[in-house]
Amino acid sequence: MALNNIYNEILMEHNTHPDHKHKLSVSSDCKTAINPNCGDEVLVKKGINPSCGDEIVLELNIEDDIIKDAAFNGQGCAISQASTDIMADLIIGKKIDEAVELTDLFIKMVRGEEKDEEKLEQLDEAMALKDIAHMPARVKCAVLAWHTLNEMLKEKKTAE
Amino acid sequence: MNQYKNFFPIMRHYKDLAYLDNAATSQKPDMVIDAVADYYKQENANPLRGLYELSQKATDAYENARKKIAEFIGAAKQQEIIYTRNASESLNIVAYSLSDLLLSKDDEILISVMEHHSNMLPWQQAAKRHQAKLVYLYPDKNGLITIDELKNKLSAKTKILSLTQLSNVLGAEQNLKELIKIAHANKTIVSVDGAQAIPHNKIDVQALDCDFYSFSGHKMYAPMGIGVLYGKEKYLEEMPPFLTGGEMIDYVDEQSATFAELPYKFEAGTQNVGGAVGLSAAIDFMESIGYDTIIKRETELGRFAGEELSKLPYVTIYGDNDFSQHHGVIAFNIEGIHPHDVASLMDSGNVAIRGGHHCAQPLMRYLKCNFCCRASIAFYNDEEDITKLINRTKYIRSYFNGAQ
Repeated sequence: MALNNIYNEILMEHNTHPDHKHKLSVSSDCKTAINPNCGDEVLVKKGINPSCGDEIVLELNIEDDIIKDAAFNGQGCAISQASTDIMADLIIGKKIDEAVELTDLFIKMVRGEEKDEEKLEQLDEAMALKDIAHMPARVKCAVLAWHTLNEMLKEKKTAE
Repeated sequence: MNQYKNFFPIMRHYKDLAYLDNAATSQKPDMVIDAVADYYKQENANPLRGLYELSQKATDAYENARKKIAEFIGAAKQQEIIYTRNASESLNIVAYSLSDLLLSKDDEILISVMEHHSNMLPWQQAAKRHQAKLVYLYPDKNGLITIDELKNKLSAKTKILSLTQLSNVLGAEQNLKELIKIAHANKTIVSVDGAQAIPHNKIDVQALDCDFYSFSGHKMYAPMGIGVLYGKEKYLEEMPPFLTGGEMIDYVDEQSATFAELPYKFEAGTQNVGGAVGLSAAIDFMESIGYDTIIKRETELGRFAGEELSKLPYVTIYGDNDFSQHHGVIAFNIEGIHPHDVASLMDSGNVAIRGGHHCAQPLMRYLKCNFCCRASIAFYNDEEDITKLINRTKYIRSYFNGAQ
């Protein structure tokens, strides 16, 4: 498969210049973003890819069921970093349920289970990762953030 | 194609592939594949049990292979050769059975931070079971455990030392003979993980005087699923069995059993006879090439790869600066590019390398790199493979830099 199908401009740009790789500024009474006492608005979750040891920490600022802001930290390969940044772009402003649906759709896309282009267009730039389906060894890199987000949103729903 | 690659059907099939992941597994020559096929075509039956000619043939194939393995590593007796699935299983047998025999609360087990997880996790478990302490040796900058480091870490409580002969990341070969002498003087039993060493160097377990030696077949041109545990008879006799069940018994009644003699005490269930035959053929293959040729080619290619890579200012190489000491194992990073991206981009240029933590996470943390790329050479590789690696490294760097 051609290299530039995966390491395409969109992915390389998000890897080199991520927009959302930072800590979320949270209310002043919160010392660290990871502190569980941060309040309901900021959700934090760590995702780990055991095959490579990559770690990301996702932070979400949720108000009235809407994701107002998203950010991440951690280290990883270009695919996992870009995928996380693209995901943050996509979900900011979305309702929780919509975000969960998008993560489900993305995971289906990179596993090669969903090929309907019309449906996939909802993923916007994340469609740039479609061809990861042809590189099974790297699917885990692409889905790390999406799995983590999916779990954290479902946990929030359950907690409510 | 060089004359050595021609022995390997997979190399004839993928003519453009630079296969540089030999520390993970080697490719298999015709001689080995044919020997396994012939066994299944002409000699297959359940060995040791059957009372008919074909079963006797299978038994002979199985035991002749054991005899060849014993001679290959210089074991005093055939019954000191236990068949396993791989080095991991061999090391697990030592860690379970020997620790059951030897360890009491507060005893110490000594291993190095360079161990593959397979020579680390079994000891973590053994330490937990016996409330013993797992103590670590740390290498010098070249990846070697010094005599002083060993002396400092040995104590009256050190019952077991289990050490890799050759790190799968740094490629440095330990001065085992000296280290073993010192451990023995301390009454410490020594187990060696030889999985990475045996493909590259002639092993003589009696000359080393190690008490246990574990290795896999698949890294030395044999099929996957066959490995060996060598152990001194006096210890194997005392150790309790690891797995129990068929073929490993002497007499069984409802509440108890007595176990078979060595080596069968440690070989429960129907064994991988085809694998043993394949390992025997792999030994024939290696002897037909000769360790002299293997060592010479791997040393020269390792030096070439290390020297060429180190000319690139954005490449960091781990371990000894004298690349002839790496046994063909070159662990490196390209500045700013994750090893998984490097490995994927190498792959799209027909270069197969490994990227990640190499089943040695504590070592990665000790080296402060978390993960790295690894090119590992076998004698069938050539300068063309290394040149591809170097050119691809330059290409990957420029590809990523272009995106900045």
